[in-house]
Amino acid sequence: MKIDDARLAYVLRLGDNALILGQRLVEVVAAYPELEEELANANFALDYIGQARMFYTYAAELEGQGRGEDDLAFLRDENEFRNVLLIEQSNGHFGETITKLVLFESFYLLQLEALMSCSDDRVAEIAARAEKEIRYHLRHNVQWLVRLGDGTAESHERVQQSLDTLWQYTGELFAPDEVDNLFEAEFDGPDLHAIRERWQANVAAIIAQATLEKPADAWMASGGKEGRHSEHLGYLIAEMQYLQRTHPGATW
Amino acid sequence: MVELAFSREQVLTWLKEVPDPEIPVLTITDLGIVRGVTVNEEVVVELTPTYSGCPATEVIEQSVIDALHKHGVENVRIKRVLSPPWTTDWISDEGRDKLKEYGIAPPAQSASKRELLHGSRAIACPRCESLDTQVVSEFGSTACKASFKCSDCLEPFEYFKCI
Repeated sequence: MKIDDARLAYVLRLGDNALILGQRLVEVVAAYPELEEELANANFALDYIGQARMFYTYAAELEGQGRGEDDLAFLRDENEFRNVLLIEQSNGHFGETITKLVLFESFYLLQLEALMSCSDDRVAEIAARAEKEIRYHLRHNVQWLVRLGDGTAESHERVQQSLDTLWQYTGELFAPDEVDNLFEAEFDGPDLHAIRERWQANVAAIIAQATLEKPADAWMASGGKEGRHSEHLGYLIAEMQYLQRTHPGATW
Repeated sequence: MVELAFSREQVLTWLKEVPDPEIPVLTITDLGIVRGVTVNEEVVVELTPTYSGCPATEVIEQSVIDALHKHGVENVRIKRVLSPPWTTDWISDEGRDKLKEYGIAPPAQSASKRELLHGSRAIACPRCESLDTQVVSEFGSTACKASFKCSDCLEPFEYFKCI
């Protein structure tokens, strides 16, 4: 793989993670039972979609094929998206969404921190902008996970189930492939092994504080980074792309 | 050399008239998002977004173009810059005063990481100055605000969150 191709693939993955998670959160906008959480969720979605735009704009420039951010978001098929499986999983109940966000953002924050000092200036700039936002999200989401885990018997049981279900999607976050390795070697990118250790420690502490039990590392699902997705992604993409597919070239 | 009808200082003065669309009491210079102005054959205005997904970004860019067109500057280009990233520390002292007058508590200064993680500093009510206030929601009606309530005067108020 050429270095330029690896960089483009890496930036697209960052954009795909942000867009797909943002779109997932958009699904529950105007559906939360509490106004405060409604605001929080909509703010999260907005931040993610904003980050996706910055990554896509850069990816389109790197690609140099005349495509723009909208083409990358609305005119690629499911198997062209390279987001991790964890974030495409359906929202489930409130506690499940919170659990998913804590698992992902604990990783994403460390990834962004590492990217802030990478040698690709544009990625470093976007990471510096995004890192502040994700830190703010994570603080909120950790507080919720602790309250739910250490809450009633029912809330405890339900988030424990979510944690057990979602755990199998965390392995992919830290399994480096050629793109990750090249980006690390050529652009001083994140060291996924080092990040995994820090993530394990941080997440174990949060789980303990929430009086939950950390699932054992067993079989881990993977494939998202190569475009092999779970059944959940297709529905999300269908809804997200409906307007552009039905009315090509439609503008706001 | 083309004789220019306006100076960089003049352009900066005009930019001071452009309001933020979400908090119109603030101008874009109060907010600290104007990062540079270059006056040559074209006028280049460097702007930085507050939040990644701030929906006001495009509106602000268009307002800058419109404002300069109004003053006869034809050739305007907006350049988006991301570095250094905007934090609430970029809001000017004048901007902070305007926010407070408008009923929005200005951000606590020095948006350090520590503050964001363990932020428990007391936020003063913009109406009665009481420090006996509580967070209602860490998020608010726009990406940049949180919702608070004053326990003394009982008024709800918005806080320009520190990031």
